[in-house]
Amino acid sequence: MREFYGVSLANPLMLGTAQYPSPAILEDAFRQSGACVATVSLRREAGQGQAFWDIIRGLGVHALPNTAGCYSAREAITTAQMARELFETNWIKLEVIGHADTLQPDPFGLLAATEALAADGFEVFPYTTEDQVLAARLLDAGAKVLMPWGAPIGSGLGLNNRYGLKTLRAAFPDVPMVIDAGLGLPSHAADAMEMGFDAVLLNTAVAQAGDPVAMARAFAMAAQAGALAHAADPMAPRDMAAPSTPVVGKAWL
Amino acid sequence: MTNVTVIGAGVAGLCAAYALSQAGLTPRLVDRNGAPGSHGCSWWAGGMLAPFCEGATAEPAIVTHGQKAAAFWAEITEVHHRGSLVVALERDRGELDRFARRTSGYEPVSDLSALEQELAHHPRALFFPSEAHLDPRRALSDLVSLLASRGIAIECRALTPGDISGPVIDARGMVADLPGLRGVRGEMLVLHAPEITLARPVRLLHPRHPLYIVPRADGLFMLGATQLESNDRRGVSARAVLELLSAAYALDPRFAEAELLETGADLRPAYADNIPRVTVRGRVLHLNGLFRHGYLMAPALAEQAVAYLTTGIKGDLVHED
Repeated sequence: MREFYGVSLANPLMLGTAQYPSPAILEDAFRQSGACVATVSLRREAGQGQAFWDIIRGLGVHALPNTAGCYSAREAITTAQMARELFETNWIKLEVIGHADTLQPDPFGLLAATEALAADGFEVFPYTTEDQVLAARLLDAGAKVLMPWGAPIGSGLGLNNRYGLKTLRAAFPDVPMVIDAGLGLPSHAADAMEMGFDAVLLNTAVAQAGDPVAMARAFAMAAQAGALAHAADPMAPRDMAAPSTPVVGKAWL
Repeated sequence: MTNVTVIGAGVAGLCAAYALSQAGLTPRLVDRNGAPGSHGCSWWAGGMLAPFCEGATAEPAIVTHGQKAAAFWAEITEVHHRGSLVVALERDRGELDRFARRTSGYEPVSDLSALEQELAHHPRALFFPSEAHLDPRRALSDLVSLLASRGIAIECRALTPGDISGPVIDARGMVADLPGLRGVRGEMLVLHAPEITLARPVRLLHPRHPLYIVPRADGLFMLGATQLESNDRRGVSARAVLELLSAAYALDPRFAEAELLETGADLRPAYADNIPRVTVRGRVLHLNGLFRHGYLMAPALAEQAVAYLTTGIKGDLVHED
């Protein structure tokens, strides 16, 4: 299994921590799903939320602070620096948003911020599109993990460009990659893992489900099933029907 | 049981003092700031008595107990029994379907012209006819007057339970600093928009910027409320104003012409499950964690605290520490 900056995860599910009905339900979702990475937003949550941060710390999982809501490289860099102090980790999920409605990444700001943060000792998880050229540039800039989107944040559309994601996966076989954003159903998570991605990260699909705890478990099972299937070398689809039982010797006339 | 002291004259403490007086007791009532005002989070509430709507995200205890709140408050202050409405912009109609799946006590409405003419352009809405609303500041002041008429006046003193002998109801909110209690920041606005005549609370569902608007007398509207996991007590952020006003503008463009009278921000005390509690520690009962359900849940919390004090009955909101 590919490692995330030297950390191997027992469970390929990463969960966000926003929008749950209550912290008690959030906690239960983590415990029952076994998710072992929690993203936290400095700007919107934990800035002054010591009590909330204590709850996240109490989960005993890896904290992955993010720069959600930043619209420029400079803003994202400042937020990352604050997050490093507050959360005592070099990990940063780098979001530089380019468009307020689709929350699509700004590739240029993302590259600039990745370069600056990697040079400053951060372990950057850039939230990016499936663009292969951008991926190469982000890796050149010092990122050792990529977080390509499935679909726009919060949209629940699943893997919007399977071809592009497949190509990206094939182009950088050694780079750990997390499908981040846009997953709506456990089947999307299984799909991503079957394609050989290393983990999935989601928030809305779990936090805003009618039963977030059950949905978190469903995502964990699906992600694990997908990972298992990928490792088991799945068959390729065929154009002709092939019998699983030999037909020779049967009265087929 | 004649010497009960209530500390804290926010919605929880006042309701507790009222419930004690209903039980024939005359508690002592103290608050370090005296009468209710902008120092307490009860001041900044919306005043919706909307247990069914809250059920979209809150635990069943809130829906069950909250249904009794409107009758409780009607004995004390003016309660508007006009129901409440939930709408979504056309792009977000999936949010309305989801809200409907997770709540009860509503009627789907396809023609709003009879209920709220101004929202008639919304092709679909949910109407919760049994819900109600009140003006929180008026409710506080009516409750203070009613208590005064029963010989219960607010003493302006900074006391903690340790300063007092005898049974204590501690309703100090965030000041009580109890284990597991956290602050959830909320920000609100008050607008004067005399052109707009909404008669009942309206919730606008939105994937990112949900909004509710509660009408008050004289063309005033309360817009709320953000919900941030933060202990930040500073004033309203520019972002919150932008988000709340944009959502209001999307609901009715005439809000753009409104006068922005007031902004407010404070912390809602909450426990991890967002359900309020009476925590019993010896002779002290801590009433806290009302989260966004102060006016909705304070009556039930007060009644359970008083029942525990007077009869030993332990309701579902009572936790013996």
